Amino acid sequence: MNLKWIISGLIPLVLLIGVLALVLINGAGIEKDPAAPVEVLNIERIKVTYEGFELSVSNTGPETLTISQVIVDDSVWNFSVSPDPTLNRFEDGKITISYPWVMGDPHAIKIITENGIITEGEIAAATLTPEASWSNFLNYGFIGFYVGIVPITLGLLWYPFMKRFKRKWINAILALTVGLLLFLFVGTLADGFEIGAEAPSVYQGNMLVIIGAALTFLLLIGFDQYQQKKQEAKGYSPFKIAFLMATGIGLHNFGEGLAIGSSFALGEAALGTFLIIGFTLHNITEGIGIAAPLLKTKPSIKHFLILGTLAGAPAILGTWFGGFIFSPIWGALFLGIGAGAILQVIYVITKMLVEDHRAYKEPSVSWLNLSGFTIGMLIMYFTAFFVKF
Amino acid sequence: MSEESNLSRRDVLKLGTAGALGLAGSYFLNNLAPFSTSVKAQSHRPNHSKMNHNQMVGNMTKTSGYKMAEKLLTTFDYGKVSKLPTGQTLREYEIVAIDKEIEIAEGIKFPGWTYNGTIPGPTFRCTEGDLLRFHFINQGSHPHSVHFHGIHPPEMDGLVPISPGQKFTYEFEAKPYGMQIYHCHILPLARHIHKGLYGNFIIDPKTPREPALELNMVMNGFDLDLDGENDFYTVNGYAFAFMNYPIKVKKDQLVRIYLSNLTEFDLLNSFHLHANYFTYYPTGRNDNPSQFTDTIMQCQGERGILEMRFPYKGKYMFHAHVSEFAELGWMGFFEAE
Ligand SMILES: [Cu+2]
Repeated sequence: MNLKWIISGLIPLVLLIGVLALVLINGAGIEKDPAAPVEVLNIERIKVTYEGFELSVSNTGPETLTISQVIVDDSVWNFSVSPDPTLNRFEDGKITISYPWVMGDPHAIKIITENGIITEGEIAAATLTPEASWSNFLNYGFIGFYVGIVPITLGLLWYPFMKRFKRKWINAILALTVGLLLFLFVGTLADGFEIGAEAPSVYQGNMLVIIGAALTFLLLIGFDQYQQKKQEAKGYSPFKIAFLMATGIGLHNFGEGLAIGSSFALGEAALGTFLIIGFTLHNITEGIGIAAPLLKTKPSIKHFLILGTLAGAPAILGTWFGGFIFSPIWGALFLGIGAGAILQVIYVITKMLVEDHRAYKEPSVSWLNLSGFTIGMLIMYFTAFFVKF
Repeated sequence: MSEESNLSRRDVLKLGTAGALGLAGSYFLNNLAPFSTSVKAQSHRPNHSKMNHNQMVGNMTKTSGYKMAEKLLTTFDYGKVSKLPTGQTLREYEIVAIDKEIEIAEGIKFPGWTYNGTIPGPTFRCTEGDLLRFHFINQGSHPHSVHFHGIHPPEMDGLVPISPGQKFTYEFEAKPYGMQIYHCHILPLARHIHKGLYGNFIIDPKTPREPALELNMVMNGFDLDLDGENDFYTVNGYAFAFMNYPIKVKKDQLVRIYLSNLTEFDLLNSFHLHANYFTYYPTGRNDNPSQFTDTIMQCQGERGILEMRFPYKGKYMFHAHVSEFAELGWMGFFEAE
């Protein structure tokens, strides 16, 4: 061991610690007292009960805060906070408000801290928040079932029809699948950002989406390459591509389930029902997409069942999660993971398409493929009208 | 995974059956599920029976804001009185602009700009014909002034900003008798007034009014997040000030209220008395057409005198008749004994 060598490594480290300590102790030299109190209260979830409202809140600001008043629908109201109206940094609290809410009406809740900082919460249409009862659990499961598994299975049913296509047409359908997936990718990212924006700012919901997407994408690609190297197989096995696709779409459908479950939990039954119809129609096309890579092979019915379940069942988990334990932070992370998984499938299919055309010495962006891709995008664009309004 | 298994006709049939089952399932489940576009009424056992007015007023301790509102109700500042050689009465007042945090509702601090440390400021009182000297000292962080309503020379009108640390003396003769107000008149006006720089200014007629229990009330509001909408409405600066501790009056006693509206951001405010009527004298003038009513409204800067007697013992509610204002703090009780 060379002592000099070790010391040469330690010197910069010690100096760095010294500089940091200096800044921490003396400040950066331009510090001032903040002009206004910085109090950040975050409403995580509003539960509507027989008695009134229960708000889960957390102090995500830099300082301790005290909840002093609650105004419901422009009326000062009695409330209690457990464990205490004074919340330390990152401390959670539960505000209980006894209030005669009206079924189906919107209600607005303002929480005012000692320094007059107002945090607003909203109930779009009041209805009892579903309790985690067995019957509710089953009902949410059913919704997930016919939003996820049913339409995807229906989509897979086109398989025998598509089976008779020639190679060129099969490739066009694969291109169409890329179109579908690209749309789903962007949509899932956007949903992630939307939900992420609702999370407390310290958790940086948007970054969670990006991190989730990037890591998932790279992990799946890495895993894929490792598998191929191990098997020394050339090219991708079609079933594996369909399998990967089903996984990616499954994560995306988790997000759909999340949207449905949470809209019911937030009392927006009409929106929830609309989402169910929209997603169901939308998801038929996902079944077509999953079937596309298998067109050159002869899969068994078991394969279809696995694929349908893999892609559809996460919708069930999503509705449960959204209905009973939803929080924007988790939502953002899951949607990020979904987007990453979809991106990886896009990558794999595109690569496969390009390689296939190269083998036949054809241009990979043929007019037929371009049309397929465009039609894929357009199908998603128009079926999405059922969901967005 | 075997990719070589044949897709037979039987398989296609199986697939078809599965799909049909799925379709049928989705159709029936849709009816089973409790979610439809119309929300079903659930047995919502409401807690209305518990909803008396105590639902809004918190605990029974008198906090600093509560005490301020109570003090302003019955305190009148007659100034330092002396006689001029001419025989005229001279009244000298001190009025200091101070930046001060005020409790405007239980536990809520408002970074106010005040005259003499309260919102509203002190109630100045004099008699018609007196010579008034208001020694104004600006100890606040912004230029301020005092603009008095009434008749006086324009150079005493309070339009000139007095810088922080500066002094100015407003001098004029008290006229006409009646009910006036005063407030800061520096731009931006809404900000300077809303922050708390206002108060009542009473000029008594030379012939004294009938003896009565005299009360001072300033209707005001507070916008905490500066969105141009008040979050609390108060009388004398504190939400629900006279709810837990009603204003005590004697049965059949004459009660006289000097009421003004200095609510910013809302066009009008109102005063409604339960279970009783009162006589309203606009601008505190006996020669103005008066009203016998239980509800009056005042525009920003409007003021008047209310006179009433309570014929029965018990609690009489008073509040703004705009329900929103009432439920956001402008509500209280008289108690006749
Ligand atoms: Cu001013």
